[in-house]
Amino acid sequence: MRHLMSPLDFTVDELDKLFDLAGDIEKNPDNYARKCEGKKLATCFYEPSTRTRLSFEAAMYNLGGHVIGFSDASSSSATKGESVSDTIRMISCYADICAMRHPKEGAPMVASTKSKIPVINAGDGGHQHPTQTLTDLLTIRSLKGRLDNFTIGLCGDLKFGRTVHSLIHALVRYENIRFVFISPDELRIPDYVTEMLHEKGISYQEVIRLEDVMGDLDLLYMTRVQRERFFNEEDYVRLKDFYILNKEKMELAKPDMLVLHPLPRVNEISVEVDDDERAVYFKQVQYGVYVRMALILTLLELV
Amino acid sequence: MLNVGKIEEGFVLDHIKAGKSLSIYHHLQLDKLDCTVAIIKNAKSKKMGAKDILKVECDIDKLNLDILGFIDHNITVNVIKDGEIVAKKDLVLPREIKNVIRCKNPRCITSIEQELPHIFILTDEQKEIYRCKYCEEKYGEWE
Repeated sequence: MRHLMSPLDFTVDELDKLFDLAGDIEKNPDNYARKCEGKKLATCFYEPSTRTRLSFEAAMYNLGGHVIGFSDASSSSATKGESVSDTIRMISCYADICAMRHPKEGAPMVASTKSKIPVINAGDGGHQHPTQTLTDLLTIRSLKGRLDNFTIGLCGDLKFGRTVHSLIHALVRYENIRFVFISPDELRIPDYVTEMLHEKGISYQEVIRLEDVMGDLDLLYMTRVQRERFFNEEDYVRLKDFYILNKEKMELAKPDMLVLHPLPRVNEISVEVDDDERAVYFKQVQYGVYVRMALILTLLELV
Repeated sequence: MLNVGKIEEGFVLDHIKAGKSLSIYHHLQLDKLDCTVAIIKNAKSKKMGAKDILKVECDIDKLNLDILGFIDHNITVNVIKDGEIVAKKDLVLPREIKNVIRCKNPRCITSIEQELPHIFILTDEQKEIYRCKYCEEKYGEWE
């Protein structure tokens, strides 16, 4: 039995298979509509997350399965002081697979050690969010046709942004990727990430102004400055509007550059950019459902 | 000058930083072993000025000294058999440390989940970096 805790749990070959499966689901959804008949997905969400939870639920319904679960800690027995270890033992008796989001880092891993069913980490604090990374990779692979040989700009909160850290760790396994980190000083990419890039001999650049590098990028990954990652409201307010992607900045970009965003967007991408065909963040949401369908099938060994 | 006699079989841990012997006593869980232990504090040392020494009379297979590599790899470990030093043990960094140090990341699951062992994994031997098994935070980050 396998779990998914980090995007690196899968080898590059295994990811290729997963993405091929997701691609086939996209083309032939009817072939998969009854694959999970009689199976139940438990969505254990200890903190609110509309899109990730709905994406998992949509994925399971698309496969003909059922969904049970809770969507915030107050409606679970965690408020009575039940441990994650005990909760997953109970969930293992009810469901066939579990997607867990928890504000505490490492909680899904603790669950996986006690679980009788596959556990998917659906986000644990600022640590990992592997299905978002799989979504990002599938989006790039599907729309660019490859996962190697490109320059990717990552913009916004590079310090606390777990999706950014996970994506970088996943992309360094592919050939000839160049990273451009665009952030204010306070939200710079952590040293351990740049140290890792140094060690692997991967080139990167750190800049403050998005305009300075826009024309070099094949992909631009925008992120939101997240209130919940700050201990101090003052710092959040000061930094939240640092970058706003608008039409003028898009004019500096290559005609085939793609803009990705893990969503939700607040105001870091102006709505006028939404109609630009290079803005693919809503397509990304759709790919998120396909990749979760492929993941559920793979972990349940139904392929 | 205080004299503590020879031991027949066991370990002499020498060159312990002065004042650290009691914490090593606890980390090695010597309080749980039924053996003779001598704790010598503030012994004179040419090299260190003052040092602590621990003498432990026990079966030499009985004690796991891996944790000493993490605490201080300058400690000299003399292995004693039949009253003589038969080997000096090299200290290496343990791959995993369980329940010796605690994760201080307030966002880590260990901060709320009762009974969960605090486990750290050696992730960079050269830089001696340990990371929490659960949240992967570097040890010392929240000191």
